[in-house]
Amino acid sequence: MKKYISFFKIRFEVGLQYRSASIAALTTQLLWGIMECAAYRAIYASTGLEPPMEFSALVSYIWLKEAFLAMFNTWIATDGDIFSVIMNGDVAYELCRPVSLYRMWFAKSAGGRCATAALKCVPIIAVSLLLPRPYRLSAPRSLTAFCFFLLTLFLGLFVTVAFCMVVYAITLFTISPQGLRAVLTGAVEFLSGSVIPFPFIPQPVRGVLELLPFGSMQNVALRVYSGSLAGGEMLRAVALQLFWIVALVLMGKAICRTAERRIVVQGG
Amino acid sequence: MWCKAASICKAEEMEMNGMRRGILIYGRYVSVVLRSAMQYRLSFFLMAAGRFLIAFNGFLGIYFLFSGFSEVKGYTYGEILLCFSIMQLSFALAECCANGFKKFSGTVKKGEFDRMLVRPVSPMLQVLGSGFDLGRLAPALTGVMVLFIGIKNCSVDWTVSRTAALLLMLLGGIFLFAGLFMIEAAVCFFSIENTECMNVLTYGAKEHGKYPIDIYGKGLMRFCTYVIPYTLVQYYPLQYLLGKTDKWQYAFCPLGVTAFVLLCYLLWRVGVRHYKSTGS
Repeated sequence: MKKYISFFKIRFEVGLQYRSASIAALTTQLLWGIMECAAYRAIYASTGLEPPMEFSALVSYIWLKEAFLAMFNTWIATDGDIFSVIMNGDVAYELCRPVSLYRMWFAKSAGGRCATAALKCVPIIAVSLLLPRPYRLSAPRSLTAFCFFLLTLFLGLFVTVAFCMVVYAITLFTISPQGLRAVLTGAVEFLSGSVIPFPFIPQPVRGVLELLPFGSMQNVALRVYSGSLAGGEMLRAVALQLFWIVALVLMGKAICRTAERRIVVQGG
Repeated sequence: MWCKAASICKAEEMEMNGMRRGILIYGRYVSVVLRSAMQYRLSFFLMAAGRFLIAFNGFLGIYFLFSGFSEVKGYTYGEILLCFSIMQLSFALAECCANGFKKFSGTVKKGEFDRMLVRPVSPMLQVLGSGFDLGRLAPALTGVMVLFIGIKNCSVDWTVSRTAALLLMLLGGIFLFAGLFMIEAAVCFFSIENTECMNVLTYGAKEHGKYPIDIYGKGLMRFCTYVIPYTLVQYYPLQYLLGKTDKWQYAFCPLGVTAFVLLCYLLWRVGVRHYKSTGS
């Protein structure tokens, strides 16, 4: 276990090196968040119907989504070298090490995500707390909600990393992973609630999306924070997250084991 | 690739004027780039499918949002879809043809621009030709689909002048985005690292331009008219297209983008003159 914690730590520290490069990205994200809030504000202002989410809850959803983007993105910069290791054949060296490929990559991916998120969430949350009223990030609904937010945030991270590990394991069978990655990025974007929050999606579709592993990624934490998801429904979502972590980890490990047995290293 | 094009050029240079020669060389670039993409066919189609999906997500978002809401500041579902599809289409076409500008920071870093400068062809043509990327056209498929859904769902009377307004919007949009990509490339002449801030103006406009700009309020309207003229290809002609105004002049607003593109081109020229090799 200790070595995997070290992999996590190494990747975390490497991730922290990207400090200066992210100023432009931060500005982009902040403007993005403001524009999204503004569009929803116009939509809310012109309807007579009861919207499915309070405006303040929606604003919190948008800001937290931006703040923890790096945690839940299907593909992040620091994961790039896992793909390149597979593509350029260096995976052979990785296999020589006395560690499990699965656990090592899991720790590296989680570490990289946490580092990038840690760097970005502080300034984004700080700015969003200072914005004028309708665009301001409100405080969590209650202390319990906040505790559950932190819990589900990390459970969501595990679901995301476990899902990505399945993708990496499948990648071991192919030569060029970019295509697969592009299709998955496109699909996951909508299925995880990054395009519009789940409450805006009408029922039969929404029920299905909530059961899929993608519904256990960012959706839970972002809605728990503002109280849009609470009580029994929330506990059910937490249980579902735990289920998907176990299922995806087992699946990823199984594929990884099969792949390791018949891996072909492409020279180089 | 280059030798072939060059030998053809030399042979025919006498009888061809510059324009035709340029088009011929651009066509050669496109054919070479396409043939190399087809060597990795599966990867190419999967990448295109991914881009298509991301654009399609935008449509799904609007579709589901409008299952709960009926309008945004007076714009109906069909009208928003029209606006969305026009922005998607013009962005995709601009990105496909002007992708070389987007890749330009890499071209400079690798020292490839030095080579382009010694060839007897306009450097811009080479940047555009070698960067052509058909896969980026995939979102245009979403654009066309959504355009038809939008036309079915809105009550626009398609007169000749309205159709012309639509085409002008598309054309203006393509040139506007191409101009923005040109600025992105020109910035590389001065600083290689800071091109990311341009994403707000390009991707941001594509993403948030799915709604007519006036829903974001007065301040943004001003920015989008006087700083970067988005409203010329989106808000004003859209008003005429949707029959919200009788001012037919609004249909010709996209022509104003010419001035903007000219400014972008000047910036590029200044950049080329200012260019110092990174020496790799």
